[in-house]
Order: sequence, then C-alpha cells, then structure tokens
Amino acid sequence: MTNQAIATDIRRSILHMMHASKSSHIGSCFSLIEILVALYFNSLNIDPNEPQKWDRDTVILSKAHASAALYATLAHRGFFPCSYLERYYIDGGLLPGHLDKTCVPGIETSGGSLGHGLSLGIGMAMAHRLDQNSGKIFVILGDGECNEGSVWEAIMLASTLKLATVTAIVDYNKIQSFGRTNEIINQTNIAQRWESFGWEVYEANGHSIPELIGFFDKPQQGPKVIIAHTVKGKGVSFMEDNLAWHYKSPNDAQLAQALKELE
Amino acid sequence: MRETFLNCLVERANVDSRIVLVSADMGYSVLEPFMEQFPDRFFNVGISEQNAVSVAAGMALNGKVVYVYSIIPFVTMRCFEQIRVDVAYMNTNVRLVGVGAGYSYGPAGATHHAIEDIAIMRALPNMTVCCPGDPLEARALVTQSFDHKGPMYLRLGKTREPVLHAADTPITLGKAAQVRQGKDIALLTTSTMLEQGCALSDYWGQKGVSIAVYSYHTVKPLDVALIQFLIQEGYKIITLEEHSIIGGLGSAVAEVIAESNRPVPFKRIGIPDCFTHHVGSQASLRKLYHLDSFDLEFQ
Repeated sequence: MTNQAIATDIRRSILHMMHASKSSHIGSCFSLIEILVALYFNSLNIDPNEPQKWDRDTVILSKAHASAALYATLAHRGFFPCSYLERYYIDGGLLPGHLDKTCVPGIETSGGSLGHGLSLGIGMAMAHRLDQNSGKIFVILGDGECNEGSVWEAIMLASTLKLATVTAIVDYNKIQSFGRTNEIINQTNIAQRWESFGWEVYEANGHSIPELIGFFDKPQQGPKVIIAHTVKGKGVSFMEDNLAWHYKSPNDAQLAQALKELE
Repeated sequence: MRETFLNCLVERANVDSRIVLVSADMGYSVLEPFMEQFPDRFFNVGISEQNAVSVAAGMALNGKVVYVYSIIPFVTMRCFEQIRVDVAYMNTNVRLVGVGAGYSYGPAGATHHAIEDIAIMRALPNMTVCCPGDPLEARALVTQSFDHKGPMYLRLGKTREPVLHAADTPITLGKAAQVRQGKDIALLTTSTMLEQGCALSDYWGQKGVSIAVYSYHTVKPLDVALIQFLIQEGYKIITLEEHSIIGGLGSAVAEVIAESNRPVPFKRIGIPDCFTHHVGSQASLRKLYHLDSFDLEFQ
C-alpha cells in the first residue's frame, strides 16, 4: 500500500468519525495526515505489538485537539482495531476528543491544553540521555499553539541542552480557532524565530511525504524543527483553508461528497 | 526543613539513579550539594516554572522520580495547569517541593506568601499533599516519597525549624502524628504551625485545660479515621494552620465533621481571606492575624 493510499484511508476514517460524533477539528486533523503517515509508516522505530518497547521513538501530539487523526493513524498502523474508531467522542465511548494516554495503546501523552507537549518531549529526551536510550522524540505543534509562552520556554531549554534527539514539527496550516494565524499573532518569520533560538530549521511541504521523511531522518547536532507548510482541511475541496471546518462536522451530503473526492 | 529535604535526597540519589532534581533557578546556597554530586541529574531550567513542571513530567514518564524545587507560589500557582495535566492527570512521579510555607517569607511581600497552596493542591485528583511540621516529619515524608506511586506536593517551611517529635516517633504518610496528650480539646495542626500548637497546648495545660496536639503532616489523603475517633470520644476540635481559612486543613476537617451528624464543637484558626499589605516578619504576621493564640469559646 502506498503512503498516499494510507493517507487517504486515514482521512476516510476521520470523516466517518466526525460525521458520527458531530465533533469539531476535522480541518486540524486533515492538515496533519501526511506528517503522521511519514512518521508512523516510515520514519519511526515502533512496534504496534510492543507499544512500550524501551528504545522506541516517541510522538507527542501537542495539538491534541487533532486526536482523531492520531487515533485513526494508530488504528491503521495496527495498534488497535479500526472498529475502536467508532467509539470516538460518543456517549459511553472509548476515545475522547482530546488525548487520554490511558485509553488505547500508542498514545504517549495526554493532552488538550496547548503549550505542554514540547516541554514533555524535552523531559523525555533528557531522561533518555541519562539512560543512554537512543529513542527519538517527535513533537507535533500547531501554529496557533506557538502563541503559548511555554512553547518558547521549551524552545530555549532544548537548544541550551543541545538535545539532538528532539524534532519539533509545526503544522503550519495558517488558521487558528478565531482566524488567520498571522493576523492574530504575526509569525510570518516563524522559521527565523526558531533559528534565532538555536534550533536547526527546515521548511517543508507538509503534504509531501517523501520530503517530510527526508527531514525527519536527517541527522542533527541539536534540536531540529520542521516548519511544515500545510493546508487546513487538506484533501476535501470545500474544507480546505476554511476556518468554519475548525468547528463543523460533515452532514450526510457533505460526507458523501467528501468521500467521493477522496476516491 | 529545606536542608533536611536536600540531605535526604542526596543520600537516596547515591543509590537510586531514578532521582532527578529540577530547579527553576531557585535554591542558591541550598541545592549545591546535589548539584556537585550529581551534575548530570540536576537541571536548572531557568526561570520558567511552566516548562520546569512539564519537563519533569516528561522525565517521569520515562522512569525518573523528579523533584521540582522552588518557592511555593512559583512551584504551585504559576504552573498550576501544567501540574493538573502533566502531573496529576497523567499520574506521573513528580514531586513538587515548595519552600516558604505560610508567612515564612514574611517581609518579602504577599507574592512570596504561601496561603492558598494547600487548597489548590488538595483539589487535584491523584495528588498527595504533605505538609511536615518539623524536620523529623520532613525526613520521613521525603523518604516515603521515593517509592510513592503518583504525584506529590511537599510543603516545606524554610530553615532551622526545631525537632518536635521524639526521635523514634514513627511518621507514616496519611496518618496524623500525636505530639501532645490531652483530654478536653484536640488541636489539629499542619505544616509550620506544629511548634505553635505545642506551645499553645503547654500554655493552656498550665491553666488546667488539657489539649491534645496532632500533626496533620499529610493533608491528602486526610486521616479521617482520627477525626472520627475524636468525634466519638467527645473532643472539641480546633484546627491550626498557616494557610488561608479557605480550603486548607480547617476546611478538610470541617467537611468530615459536617458529615458526621454529630454536634462537634469546632473552630478553625488560619489566615483570614486577605492579602496582607503589612510588612513584617513571619512572627509579626502570625500575631497580626491571631495565629499565635486562641480563646476557648466555641460557637
């Protein structure tokens, strides 16, 4: 199965999850699918049969409102049955709207409040360094999330400690919950900002899986960040780059049309 | 107490590689022995308490037992939501070690006073709240923290507190420790007020009022059994704490008494619901807010 076919399958699963649960954040999920496929189906040292493997690579989805994307990716990667996805965000369900690490295998951190994940990842990398564990840490942040001051506290610490096992990925989809990211808090020079704080910075097409894999696998001397240029709602024409799909869930007709576009 | 904490931690770190110490740039002239002996396990993450707590949780998720050290308001309130999500919700082995209980930093001003910390920390699921009243309790609780599962808050005084327990007194997390015998009134103290409680018991003892003193060095989980016993035995109950009257030991004990269906004479002594604008030492602030005395009139 090609990476692109996997990405399409994951998007389909998410469409069904959002349609059934009538929940938000499909746009935030769709901008991130290629990033997750590049990681979980290519770059990561992980084993779905041994999710707690000692030297595994760790992904922290700090923008945990896109939990559905992670659940669907983990299910398709074999961490748990795809049938679990029917129990997303429903009464008596299994998978909450924001991540709870106790709910299924493969979720490394609980979350839902922004600005926590990078610090958690740095702490994990510091513990790994003490234990001489070569596991890498990948932290996925939203661009809006970078408004949080704690993100910048973490950025400063990682470069001070020269943590060469930490990779941050900014899902730069340019929309946050109340509008255009750069109109709310201007960060058009986001790459220079990270660079000036001592990180190795790469800008990527966040929907090109080969390009992402290239950057994820690139050797690093210190912490590295991939500014992944993405499109919110990517893959479904009427959802793309549209703030409304931060909130809306597809109705029956929209589900049918979206599935058709993904054929 | 902070020296006791650190000595205890250093002793354990010698034989336990899980022990890590994180500071948000606090601890000058206190933490150096750990820094010097375990430079790879000491992290000054800079003046960034939110980051400090999440970093600690990250290390704990990968097997470490992490002590985060600062002055109480900064290690509990500045980073409260990080504590809620990364420490309490994820049930990580992070120990928040706060120095400066109550008015310990008296003349430094209200930003440095710790008067709401017990209330907010005991509201968190999974959190254990320890408030030792003397160095012996501090040593015992720090020792019990090494293998404790889940998060813990350690509320410490500052320095040079007297030892109030006999040296062989067993101190068990979650179980109040008796310091004075008495038959009329039970005085339940927590944290830095243990010494004051003993002094008050001695004072009233000379006047013929017999006051038992118990140290609630653990506020959560609360030793409910003792309160039920005291109610059963017909004691009048007084709580004494260097903390706001809202949400601390007094509130916790009141909750138990209120649901006991018994008419228990009860009084809370604590800091009134205010920030102080008075500049003064710990002793003068305690006096100003009447933490150093009480009458025996019960409502």
